Amino acid sequence: MNITRKSIQILKTFIHYRSFVVGIIILIMFLALSIYAIIFYPYDHTVKIWNDIKTWEDYPKLAKPAWIKFFTRINELEGTIILDSRVHRFVKAKSSSGGWTYIILEKTFRYEYDVFPSQIVRWLYVNSSRPVYIKIEWIKPNGSVITVFEKVVERGEYYEDLSIESLDFVYTFCNYLKNRFGLEPNYILNGVIVLMSKEDESILDKDMVKLLKGVYKIVVRAETTDPNTDINIKLDIYGTLYGIVGTDENRRDLFIAIVWGAPIALSFGFVAAIVITFVQLFIAATSAWYGGVVDIVIQRVNEIFMIIPFLPIVIMISLFYNLSLWDLLVVVVALDIWGGRLKTLRAMFLQVKEMPYVEVAQAYGASGLRIVIRYMIPRVLPLIIPSIVLSIPDYVFLEAVLALMGIIDPRTISWGRVLEESFNAGALYKGYYHWILAPALMLVLVSIAFAFIGFTLDRVLNPKLKEM
Amino acid sequence: MPTNNVKMMLKYVGIRIITVSLSLIIAILLTVIIANFGGKMDEIARAEIEFNVWETINRDPYYRNLSNEQRKEIAREMIESITRIVGLDKPYPVRIFIHLRNALTLNLGRSMHITSSSGSRQVWLIISERLPPTILLFTTINLIIFFIELFIGLYLSRRYGSMPDRLAVALAPLSSMPGWFYGIFLIIVFASWLRLLPWGGMVDAPPPQDPVAYGLSVLKHMILPILSWIIAYVPIGVYNMRTFFLMFSTEEYVEYAKVRGVPGRIIERRYILRPTLPPILTNLVLILISSWMGAIVTEKVFSWPGLGTLFYMAIGPVTPDPPVVIGIIAIYAYLLAISVIVLDVAYAIVDPRIRIEGKR
Repeated sequence: MNITRKSIQILKTFIHYRSFVVGIIILIMFLALSIYAIIFYPYDHTVKIWNDIKTWEDYPKLAKPAWIKFFTRINELEGTIILDSRVHRFVKAKSSSGGWTYIILEKTFRYEYDVFPSQIVRWLYVNSSRPVYIKIEWIKPNGSVITVFEKVVERGEYYEDLSIESLDFVYTFCNYLKNRFGLEPNYILNGVIVLMSKEDESILDKDMVKLLKGVYKIVVRAETTDPNTDINIKLDIYGTLYGIVGTDENRRDLFIAIVWGAPIALSFGFVAAIVITFVQLFIAATSAWYGGVVDIVIQRVNEIFMIIPFLPIVIMISLFYNLSLWDLLVVVVALDIWGGRLKTLRAMFLQVKEMPYVEVAQAYGASGLRIVIRYMIPRVLPLIIPSIVLSIPDYVFLEAVLALMGIIDPRTISWGRVLEESFNAGALYKGYYHWILAPALMLVLVSIAFAFIGFTLDRVLNPKLKEM
Repeated sequence: MPTNNVKMMLKYVGIRIITVSLSLIIAILLTVIIANFGGKMDEIARAEIEFNVWETINRDPYYRNLSNEQRKEIAREMIESITRIVGLDKPYPVRIFIHLRNALTLNLGRSMHITSSSGSRQVWLIISERLPPTILLFTTINLIIFFIELFIGLYLSRRYGSMPDRLAVALAPLSSMPGWFYGIFLIIVFASWLRLLPWGGMVDAPPPQDPVAYGLSVLKHMILPILSWIIAYVPIGVYNMRTFFLMFSTEEYVEYAKVRGVPGRIIERRYILRPTLPPILTNLVLILISSWMGAIVTEKVFSWPGLGTLFYMAIGPVTPDPPVVIGIIAIYAYLLAISVIVLDVAYAIVDPRIRIEGKR
């Protein structure tokens, strides 16, 4: 009863601090996110699909978060327009005459967005025992027909990116423009512009190119001598927006990585901070209590590790010995328990050692280990709780740094990994800001939460500051 | 009495030198063991020798007329003699001590593949080429941060609870994020968006010929890294400094001076700053020394061509270069150890209490 009343009172003190409340709210949000991640994205499964190219085939590349359209007020295509004759309904016609089989596939789609699609890709699936002549036509709303494919092919699967520059129909179109306007465009045409733009003089200037809105049509014609021939086509018209967070260069939905980063960051930070603190407490208390040789040895070892630079050694060890994130945690603990903090703690324990209640315990015949664990550590622990909380972001960032150095198992999904990938892809220079900012903002929120809580704890618990 | 004093001090200094040197040796030994990757680096070195020997034999027309057997024999002999010269024929523990001896005598040898800009593979040359940019950037950063902290900290300690003081306390959580992290945001704002400052690197490409223009260009490239560290480390530094000074300003002799009516400036300078300066300066020296190691991530984010970047290259996952790693850490450990000893001696001269502890 008394204890609950007391804890309510303590809680009331904390609630006065607005920053504490904000910190707690953010933290609860992240805990909820972690639980969500664990329930809805089982780790093994998520890792598997995250690293599987096939899963992300139909997602737009480097799409920005979808909600930005409420700010930009530009109507952009979200996700992908998928036209798959194996799944969707196409106008299909098959006829034969004189030993020849003719197949026609037709599909229309509407494109009313303000922005060009990011990419257009097609797959062709040919199932025939004989060679097949195939012609694919792209019919624009203004009626102009662009032949994007015309070839005799065998059985198989054919992939082509229709948005690049070095395509036959792009060259043809360029010549057509030259004949029509007597001018060449002042830039290099690419497939998307050829397939999607208005065919007036605006196309000649890079900054003037206009999108042609309306109903597009795709027609596939096939001729072969095998009556059982089956032709299928899949056309992906990729947009520029996707989901809450957007996608990365490998078309992966960054939302999954952001969600999965939460439990990883929190657990790494928590475990590292707490384990390191307790090991430090134990070593410092042992050093202070036993004194003599034990103390000298611990002090010397501490000095050795203070000379070794921490981060480079951690990076080197994890690189050379190929450690996973959790093995790495052991190395981090082993190297990071040393340093100035150990000295400070030892000094604190030297004072505690002289306190009467410790003397009493000794008089009762308590063993050294018991005194260290039951009498000395509990005395100092409350004083360093703020610094434990404040050190959690350090370890969250340590994980990010290790990922940034490219030494964490590339299959792991974490904020640091996303940051590293975006960095290495030059997102900073190419302007894929959502890719960098998503994990960065998560890191900001986590560290701000712990910093707010930690500083409040410091102010409330640190008697030296309270006196003033 | 004075001779006694000097003796005591010498004894103290002697003990310190011995303990610090021992720590230094063991620290470098550990580095050597880790960097050698359980002997794997020696294997790589041996394979390289073999490769080079065969290369010379296959290229040299003199050996061309010999039979295969004879060439094999010659290759075997050459490989053996080279391994013996390098010391690779010795058992693993002995080899470790050879590496240790080389590192301790700063006989850093040749890198495995990293070269200096002149194409040399002398580790010394490589490191000395990368050291100046790192020292330039991080000494500047740390000095700026130090003076901002010191003056704002002092100022705030006099105005405890005032508006600026509360602001400083409120800003302290900014320091929960590291400097390189702010660097990313600063690059986005000032380089990508506003296009005011360069993305990274140390000078414009191509570097300006005129030394003044060169200096200005370097300065321009230093702005963002400096700014990022100021945002990251000044808030907590100011907070700590202020708390530190506050604790000292509640000491009895300071209160007494205040009661006596000593002006605030003099109290600040003589009663607070003077006794607190030694630990603050020690801290500064240690921070400066350790900053010469380079900040790996900050240098990577800003593509600063310093020791941190070199270190990153030397531990690169595909082609690690242990001689360079050992070289950097050995030099760093030496610098740190020497400065620790120098500081200890300086303290022993200045502060009589330490000498007494030395006697004990």
